Amino acid sequence: MIALPPNAPSGVAVAEGLNTGVSCFPSRSSYHAFVASFREDGFELCADLCAVDYLTHPGRELPEGVSPERFEVVVNLLSLSRKERVRIRVQLPEMDPRVDSLFDIYPGSEAMEREAYDLVGVLFDGHPDLTRILMPEEWEGHPLRKDYGVGRVPVQFKEAPGPR
Amino acid sequence: MTDPSFRTIERADLLTAETSEGPQELKPRSLTDQAELAREVGAVLRLDGRTLDPTSIDVERRDDETMIINMGPSHPSTHGVLRLMLELDGEVVLRTKPVIGYLHTGMEKTGEELSYVQGATNVTRMDYLSPINNELSYSMAVEKLLGIEVPERAVWIRMMMSEINRISSHLVWMATNGMDLGSTSMMIYGLRERELILAFFEKTAGLRLNLNYVRPGGVAADLPDGWQDDVVVICDTIDARTYEYDELLTGQPIFRDRMIGVAPMTAEEALALSVTGPLLRSTGVPWDLRRTMPYLAYDQVDFDVIVGTYGDNFDRFAIRLNEIRESIKIVRQCVDMMPKGDYRTQDPKVTPPPRARIDESMEALIHHFKLFTEGFHVPVGEVYSAIESPRGELGCYIVADGGPKPYRIHVRAPSFVNLQAVPLLMRGGLMSDTITVISTVDPIMGEVDR
Repeated sequence: MIALPPNAPSGVAVAEGLNTGVSCFPSRSSYHAFVASFREDGFELCADLCAVDYLTHPGRELPEGVSPERFEVVVNLLSLSRKERVRIRVQLPEMDPRVDSLFDIYPGSEAMEREAYDLVGVLFDGHPDLTRILMPEEWEGHPLRKDYGVGRVPVQFKEAPGPR
Repeated sequence: MTDPSFRTIERADLLTAETSEGPQELKPRSLTDQAELAREVGAVLRLDGRTLDPTSIDVERRDDETMIINMGPSHPSTHGVLRLMLELDGEVVLRTKPVIGYLHTGMEKTGEELSYVQGATNVTRMDYLSPINNELSYSMAVEKLLGIEVPERAVWIRMMMSEINRISSHLVWMATNGMDLGSTSMMIYGLRERELILAFFEKTAGLRLNLNYVRPGGVAADLPDGWQDDVVVICDTIDARTYEYDELLTGQPIFRDRMIGVAPMTAEEALALSVTGPLLRSTGVPWDLRRTMPYLAYDQVDFDVIVGTYGDNFDRFAIRLNEIRESIKIVRQCVDMMPKGDYRTQDPKVTPPPRARIDESMEALIHHFKLFTEGFHVPVGEVYSAIESPRGELGCYIVADGGPKPYRIHVRAPSFVNLQAVPLLMRGGLMSDTITVISTVDPIMGEVDR
């Protein structure tokens, strides 16, 4: 079990898997301050950021006090000086998947947050340029959501060209 | 003429409608806000690597002084389908915005539909120049979730193949980098040497590019008879030829002029932008996951972590050239120290029964059938496993829901993240140097777009 940074917001649940590493579960309001405390504590690199849609898998294991929500943003931080990794998972409700951007702490999270917005539809407050990055700009929906219709073809009722 | 959608000189925005990407595009300065502008000039990090310094961004420049041009996506030197929007003042690049997504094929979504057995065929197509490393990262994540141990011989086979793959990946980089700088001889030599390695891959795995060789539980097949001879020939040949590359490129005045001092980066900038791999090491940070957080058996072999000083193009070139030599060193040790034993785990949950058993046992046949139709079930959990690919930290984040397919699979692609450094590296450079910058950042578009 790792020691949390000295100035980390209190009341954050921490869980450690057998060989899956350490995860921290801050609330949405304390997420930004929590990550910032890790940045000051020597975690120089934001290795990865992605979003997960837990729509069809609600019964996942979470520590006590963390209520499962549909979306989760997963941040993997890396400390070069201490050779440690930590994973931060923040729960986001279905109706309002919105969280503070890490851009001002880790500028390198910019493209990853854009990807999370593009593919899962999580909004990041304070991101300088939250636009689609992989999908075309006029694309509808977010493909990595579990309720996204794969292979769905929109039906055209008018102006569809005839066979000849 | 009253039609508002008709293109006239008054509605100049409509003239570009056909090629427009909308908000993904680089916009004129008058339409760009401060934070976005800062990112496009690469000024995301100052002082402690956190704060923006508005004074270093020349926001006062008027739009009619500069020109926004589009480069790519099918430009020969963009290594695939990378598209760059560049703002130029004469020959000097002011702002850059990479526009990606032209090779997006939804591989993470596909991965959710494939079982864990099939998953390796999917990830191997991401970074098509280092397929073994992709499979390795994925397989290690699945093995962590399953909690199984891989036999020692499989570990060493994986390590040897991954290093051979690193050599071939860096050789292609040397080749294309030479090509971008006009040295077509290097292009031919690099691909010639890589052919040796691809032939060895074909002999071992049956395929040349997308191998599906490393799988959860071990590797697909044992090394072929006489593999030591092949590997030693590869090592000897390429080791000798790296000195030919030295003569061809390292000491050549034209090449040095194009590379030395061009597009430098500091360690703080690289860390803030989450840059890893040769780009990070070129700035002087000795961070190589093989050494710092060892996986496989990298703590039992002897090799050096190559580190640069200035973070410029030449450092990135020199690091990759010397990493070929270090990889050869590791491969030679693998040949000497290769243990005997199984090449895949004997855990019957993961590994199918041997072929001979299927002929005589109904249960073995059913077991084999179940494993390759339904696949094995992985316990509920989530894991992030990272390895050092030729391009940097290659991570694989898998969420398992207890079924035979991953619930979510996310690949932390080093090229995708490293591409964020391009605006910073391009800033203030010449238009002709953009080619070398793209080349030395070494993005593989299959991995960037996934």
